[in-house]
Amino acid sequence: MYNCACPVCLLIGIGFLFMPLLWLRVATVLYGLGLLHAFLMLRRKGERAGRVAAPAVGLGMVFHFVSLVETALLSGYLELLTIRHAESALALLVALIFMGVYLRYKTPSPAAFIFPLIFILTFASAMDQHAMAFTSPRIRSGWIVFHVCSLLAGYAMLFLTFVSSVLYLILSRQLKHKQTVSWAARLPALQEIDELGYKSLLLGLPFMTAGLMAGVLVAQEHYGSTYFADPKVLLSLLMWGIYLVLLYTRWSAGWRGRKAACLASFGFFVAVCAWGANYLSRLHRFVGP
Amino acid sequence: MNFFVLGVNHKTAPVEVRERFAIPEVRLPEALGKLTSMDGIEEGMIVSTCNRVEIFAHSQNGDCDLRKFVREYFGFRAGEYEPYIFEHEQLEAVAHIFRVASSLDSMVVGESQILGQVKDAYATARAVGAVTSQLDQLLTRAFAVAKKVRNETTIAVSPVSIASVAAELAEKIFGSLAGKSVYLVGAGNTCELAARHLIAHGAKKIFVCNRTPERAVALANKFEGEAISFERLYDTVPRADIVISSTGAPHTIFRKEHGEKFLHLRKNRPMFFIDLAVPRDIDPGLNDLDGVFVYNIDDLQQVAQSHLGERRKEAARAELLVKEEVRKFEQRAQNAEVVPTIVSLQQHLETLRQSELERMRSRLGDLTPEQEMAVEALTRGIINKIMHTPITTLKSVAHDPESNVVIDVVRKLFNLCRKVC
Repeated sequence: MYNCACPVCLLIGIGFLFMPLLWLRVATVLYGLGLLHAFLMLRRKGERAGRVAAPAVGLGMVFHFVSLVETALLSGYLELLTIRHAESALALLVALIFMGVYLRYKTPSPAAFIFPLIFILTFASAMDQHAMAFTSPRIRSGWIVFHVCSLLAGYAMLFLTFVSSVLYLILSRQLKHKQTVSWAARLPALQEIDELGYKSLLLGLPFMTAGLMAGVLVAQEHYGSTYFADPKVLLSLLMWGIYLVLLYTRWSAGWRGRKAACLASFGFFVAVCAWGANYLSRLHRFVGP
Repeated sequence: MNFFVLGVNHKTAPVEVRERFAIPEVRLPEALGKLTSMDGIEEGMIVSTCNRVEIFAHSQNGDCDLRKFVREYFGFRAGEYEPYIFEHEQLEAVAHIFRVASSLDSMVVGESQILGQVKDAYATARAVGAVTSQLDQLLTRAFAVAKKVRNETTIAVSPVSIASVAAELAEKIFGSLAGKSVYLVGAGNTCELAARHLIAHGAKKIFVCNRTPERAVALANKFEGEAISFERLYDTVPRADIVISSTGAPHTIFRKEHGEKFLHLRKNRPMFFIDLAVPRDIDPGLNDLDGVFVYNIDDLQQVAQSHLGERRKEAARAELLVKEEVRKFEQRAQNAEVVPTIVSLQQHLETLRQSELERMRSRLGDLTPEQEMAVEALTRGIINKIMHTPITTLKSVAHDPESNVVIDVVRKLFNLCRKVC
């Protein structure tokens, strides 16, 4: 279609070029409804809004998915290689995980933590499409795609670990102080939250490990050993170390509650820094050497 | 719609009076037989529980003396127990049965037992033929209202007894209680009751420890559990997820240092301590440990109280629902009376027209088909004109509270019988 020079095809072609962005913006608005509902729920006013919010978020995910697939088809290679699309893909992954948890545990309570993240990521990605990208064709190899994809999956899972450890802390505080706040009353049981966090840790850590390994291999090949002094690389390794410690203390001493929540929060903070370090990193400027 | 209810309940009479009115289940059919054999009473139903004895009746002509039934059946003197008896008629009786079935009239608002009891009373009355049409409709409606109240309000959601609050909290901590173990320290009644609730929610293994070994064994046997000797009191704790303590010890049995040891042995898996003893068995400092939750009797009571408060709030919403349902019921009943009146009015006038035509036929002689049609049209036109105003009036008052008056007037003016003839 794109090879044809007739005006109609050209118009359709241009339309297609802008469609992914349009779908993404529609998805952003729909996620916005989810976010609004999550905040209303904190004040116990969201019961009726919930009937609208859940289908809205579901629909948003469909638009989001269509947008990602169209982008990939348009550009011919996986567009995860620009930071904005990576953010968009991460948001979709997190939304998928949230939906999974929502359907399994019938609880919308984690939304208060998860939706701000989904919304910010999608919003940023929908507003700014002229972001940095790997321009060097040398490193657009399969390994880089694997590196990005598995790290995204790792980030999404470990974010869930963080959210569940915070929820665990909140619920256990309430049980200790013998008070219940309405939105927390709909949380799953303490032990279920604990298992949720543990399972997402168990699932997320291998993804993160594999993603980091792939990154190391690619960097080793292209840049030699100098890559190691990069802030993003260091932060990523620190984050990985924290999650490893989290898993180890869980296995050896059964750390839960306060200690585990502090560690998971620290891990999350480092993860955010590592993500933000894209802007500082030489390697991850998404520009070839 | 001529419904009546008379009786005593926990709001009007103390237990000494209520027990004088109580009718055992086996004697209900006989009592219902006596009730429906009384003058003016077509249908009847008796709800007799520990909190209420209430006699419901339907009377076609509205002439129904339930006091007489009470006097004759129980053998009371005239006026005896009069201050304790309540009575409702018509719509008030309808509202009353709706409220009772929805558990709004119960001592613990929202409890679920009463609906079952009313259903039983209804089944008994139906079986002996005491409930046939009108009361049947009323009760069917009452059950639907009760269901609606349960579904649309949260009146029956949170538990309000100490034992059930404990079970609810345990579920909030452990999720499903399936496979969880419970350790009873001391063998008091409340302890046993709480254990029963936990088992009903799925708890599997029960340990019992008591200073008197015989009592421990006896209680353990009841739950197919394991009796623990008093010397091994502390050793068993790490094996239990939930510990319920109610000993008569003058000092605390479980202190913070014990808790730390338990947690270490359990690899920090959460523990739930329920302290039912006064003076307390469990040091409140235990609650500060990460993963240990201690609730004493006051804490449980407080949760129960707050649930009760929530129920009361919900009850106000439920009352509005019931009010609306009473209004709908009334409307339906009025519609049900207006339609038969219109039908019998039409039938009545049509019969008159036919018989008058028959009477005049010999005098009219032979008529041509055109003349025949003209006479038909003339007579039909007259009765339609006569019926027009009464029918439109009946239709327009169908939803008014005074529709009964109009219906009666129309029936009297045209000499119509009560039912469709």
